[in-house]
Amino acid sequence: MAKKVRIPTPLRKLTNNEELVEVNAATIGDVIAELQMRYPGIKDRLIDETGSIRRFVNVYVNEEDIRFLENQKTTLKDGDEISIIPAIAGG
Amino acid sequence: MRALKCRECGREYPLAATHVCEFDFGPLEVVYDYDRIKKSLSRSAILSRSQNMWRYRELLPVANEPTVGTQVGFTPLVKADRLAKALGIREAWVKNDTVNYPTLSFKDRVVSVALSRARELGFTTVACASTGNLANSVAANAAAAGLKAYVFIPADLEQGKIINSLIYGAQVIGIRGHYDEVNRLCAEIAGKYGWAFVNVNMRPYYAEGSKSMGFEIVEQLGWRLPKHTVVCMASGSLLTKIHKSYQELTKLGLALESEYHIYGAQATGCSPISTAQKAGLDFFKPVKPNTIAKSLAIGTPADGFYALKVMKETGGAAEDVSDDEVREAIKLLAETEGIFAETAGGVTVGVAKKLIASGKIPAKDSVVLCITGHGLKTLDAVNGHAGRTREIRPSLREFESILQNESPAAA
Repeated sequence: MAKKVRIPTPLRKLTNNEELVEVNAATIGDVIAELQMRYPGIKDRLIDETGSIRRFVNVYVNEEDIRFLENQKTTLKDGDEISIIPAIAGG
Repeated sequence: MRALKCRECGREYPLAATHVCEFDFGPLEVVYDYDRIKKSLSRSAILSRSQNMWRYRELLPVANEPTVGTQVGFTPLVKADRLAKALGIREAWVKNDTVNYPTLSFKDRVVSVALSRARELGFTTVACASTGNLANSVAANAAAAGLKAYVFIPADLEQGKIINSLIYGAQVIGIRGHYDEVNRLCAEIAGKYGWAFVNVNMRPYYAEGSKSMGFEIVEQLGWRLPKHTVVCMASGSLLTKIHKSYQELTKLGLALESEYHIYGAQATGCSPISTAQKAGLDFFKPVKPNTIAKSLAIGTPADGFYALKVMKETGGAAEDVSDDEVREAIKLLAETEGIFAETAGGVTVGVAKKLIASGKIPAKDSVVLCITGHGLKTLDAVNGHAGRTREIRPSLREFESILQNESPAAA
């Protein structure tokens, strides 16, 4: 079984409007690389020039922010759900 | 307003219900034509208009006359002499949004803009992710405007804030999780349903409403910028918009340019921005909130980066206070000025006290405190800490026995 990535609205133009994409990657870093293979250009939207995830991009694995895990090194298991979400104003 | 523009890369977008740049996820902000505004917006034009936030209409992002929340704003700026004395500073002012109309918090400012704009864009259902005050305001203003409302809140919010949303007939969804989790879910819901989410796809318009608090402070001080302003921070948005309001008024020649500093206040139990500021960083580390100041409990503050930038650029600072200090500060404001603020107001007053004590805000100066919401909404937080009722039979003798036990001054 693969892992599922939820694609946010601003990136769906790149994924032919796919909302949910299945990947086989083992870490978050690999997920981004795999997405880039299939949807060229998507990596630049998520990663800045220093190789870090852009400051207004939040990535979650099963609802946990990867900054509380191991960022791009966070490892994944089958069935995990990954969400990519823009930062939101408060509340 | 002319367009939406990415704060990161500067790409422009049409004035639609959209909030992030497709290229770098940077937040979109409204761009105005200041040369044109300068022609119609003068001090005398403003003074001739009704006393509400819409007297600054040209600087608020609606295309036509506002239709929601037309009476919001223009809350009192109170000269707080007794509080100033207690804080050890020459002069203090309280911008008192505990009495903002209609839901007793500054959120009515942002919601009136967001819902007026939502109507212009043809929406009939509105929604928000909220720590409470925003939910109250969306529920009330949507009811008055005949819009359908869905509000999403952490399920463990104060009772007062939950009832204050339900009473207006809004659909209230309590999420078992903290605000950052509510936010994440709402981002997904907003992407799926075609609603006007005031702090998601309507955010560029919504956030601008906060500027009105700053415009009014300057006007009420006699068109002077306050030298020191203390603002509480959840996402950090209000602080950045107060800064923007001061900049716009000087750019338009409505206020004289002068030195000013903006300070951010957080609760220690959720202090990602103040922790970063004190460490001299220009980025923050997300936290899991644990504080009685639930309206400020955002562990991943979306505008944290820009709030840090504003404090750095204006020579301000950030500080945070414990839950006990928050309660003490709520009491201090109530006992000195007769203003009952919610926990966020306690955070602002408590932080101001610390900044004055440490000399970061000089005792010889004047400070403005932005008090954003009413204490009746967070009674749970001070229940048991505000003193107690003494119960007697209807007997003069029993009353006088109480008086005898008090200090001579009181008798």
